[in-house]
Amino acid sequence: MSGRTRTGDASFPLIELRDVERVYGKAETEVKALAGVNLVIEEGEFVAVMGASGSGKSTCMNILGCLDVPTGGEYRFRGVDVRTLSRDQLALLRRHYLGFVFQGFNLLARTSALENVELPLVYRGISARERRARAMGALDRVGLLGREKHTPAELSGGQQQRVAIARAIVSDPKLVLADEPTGNLDSVKSVEIMELLTRLNRGHGITIVMVTHEPEMAAFASRRVHFRDGRVERDERSATSDSGAFQTLSVEQPIGTA
Amino acid sequence: MILWATFLMALREIRRNAMRSVLTTLGVVIGVAAVIAMVTLGEGATARVTGEISGLGRNMLIVVPGSARRSAAISNAAPFDRDDVRAIATEVPGVRAAAPSASRPILAVYGNKNWSTIVTGSDNAFFDVRSWTFLAGRRFEEAELLSGAPVCVIGATVRKELFGATDPIGAAIRVRNVACEVVGHLDSKGRSTFGDDQDDFVVMPLVTFQRRIAGNDDVAAVFVSADDTVSTEEVQDRLEILMRQRRRIGPADEDDFLVRDMKEITRVLETATGVLTTLLGAIAAVSLLVGGIGIMNVMLVSVTERTREIGVRLAIGAREREVLLQFLVEAVVLSTLGGLLGIGLGLAGSYGAARALSLPFVFLPQIIVIAFVFSAIVGIAFGFFPARKAARLNPIDALRYE
Repeated sequence: MSGRTRTGDASFPLIELRDVERVYGKAETEVKALAGVNLVIEEGEFVAVMGASGSGKSTCMNILGCLDVPTGGEYRFRGVDVRTLSRDQLALLRRHYLGFVFQGFNLLARTSALENVELPLVYRGISARERRARAMGALDRVGLLGREKHTPAELSGGQQQRVAIARAIVSDPKLVLADEPTGNLDSVKSVEIMELLTRLNRGHGITIVMVTHEPEMAAFASRRVHFRDGRVERDERSATSDSGAFQTLSVEQPIGTA
Repeated sequence: MILWATFLMALREIRRNAMRSVLTTLGVVIGVAAVIAMVTLGEGATARVTGEISGLGRNMLIVVPGSARRSAAISNAAPFDRDDVRAIATEVPGVRAAAPSASRPILAVYGNKNWSTIVTGSDNAFFDVRSWTFLAGRRFEEAELLSGAPVCVIGATVRKELFGATDPIGAAIRVRNVACEVVGHLDSKGRSTFGDDQDDFVVMPLVTFQRRIAGNDDVAAVFVSADDTVSTEEVQDRLEILMRQRRRIGPADEDDFLVRDMKEITRVLETATGVLTTLLGAIAAVSLLVGGIGIMNVMLVSVTERTREIGVRLAIGAREREVLLQFLVEAVVLSTLGGLLGIGLGLAGSYGAARALSLPFVFLPQIIVIAFVFSAIVGIAFGFFPARKAARLNPIDALRYE
């Protein structure tokens, strides 16, 4: 069954939403959270999804993350129609292609940073030794080397979000979905997290789709998709992927420990 | 996902909530310990009953007057006499020995000590049939038996009560108005299952007893020992035929005597203690079940508490079956740990109780295996529902759960 999801071909766009609808409830009580979304995201993009609450952006993220399936239209992930996949196949798709970063970090309490980061690899059936090596690599990439033994309670909010990011990227996903990753952080820490995401996007080619309602954070993305009433209202791209405006944000600068 | 990784994860989770884990397993610990203790003690009791009855005399049958339907006390069946005993001993093939018996409770006196005991009139067959061994002294002599000489052999309890540490051989104890010389004393058999002291008696020649104590020629019972080569059932049949002839019972009439086979009594008692063991074990098993429900409760709470964790696991690609397995393994690890603890506790407890109740401690490997397997089954059975609840969570809702 994992073979099916792996048939996804790189020649297709990473994400292709065509007239995607998501309806909750039935008949008179039905609510259209998504009313025909069309969106194509290519590999390597850094997309900020914006919009007021109730605009459908969270529903869209859930669908992109294969946690939910559209009730209408078509969602193709690397060419594979997600609606044809079973619950287990969706889980395998998430396991092999997706990484998640949440607003509330969602780390396992009383569990070391290292074990948190290792978690996705456990489900991939990777040996303990290789898990450790890869998790250390991921922690290194988010600048938390030396803190791997700390539990979430012993880490600051910014550090916790870095652990969460390390967990999202440890399995080399095609796509990282970040749901308001800076929502619980102060502005200094927020900028640090955004710099980290930008670096991962540009340096490691990880595709990132991020929900935010802060324009300052959205400015880090190379593309901003605005949602309104369950539809894409505006889709704007920065002039160039490494536009001057953002170059001032020194991505090359070593990312300090928060 | 690899089972081993799941197992390690479960162990980590159990360690992380050490206190809760201990409280969770307490029910299973107690349940398993109770099952082990009850069955072990029950087996000990059975072993003791069996041992005692075989100690009472091998292949023993008892012939008493009275009918099966009416108790001997109220029946007007005639007692036996010495000729009956002689006939049983000589005329029935397969009879190794037959000992007459007539008894009274009487106060035995020696010096300034006295002791209320049972005085029995019999002959040397008494020692053979009941498998008594002499610690010192001798049996009755033929002349003493025939003439009704005032001699006696005493049990260990009577010796202890009347003589203490001194040698009783040659001393004269007074039994009612008979001063009889102690010619031998016997090894102890201890208490019987029913709590009575088997060593508390004085035995003297039957003639002596009949003439000087009872004042009649009655024989209240005949203890018969069958040869190993014949079955006791066969001997029982022959005894019945003989006694019917001797007592002139018509073909249509009922027996006015009873032949009891001790083997049968052994069987009955074994069945009774077996039933008791099963009953106690079943009651203990109920407590194990309650322990399982305890595990289920805590696992359900744990699933609710860890809803967000489950959400994360589902989001990063855990399949339903993997989340199910994780919680199931946790429950099974908890319950089997409880099972192991309970086995230790049960063995230690039943060993202590067996010593306190002076029962033999019977170590039963199979009950330990059964208890362990059962505790694992409890984990699976009661862990399944919470685990399924966890596995079926909607990842979106689970992630948002506060």
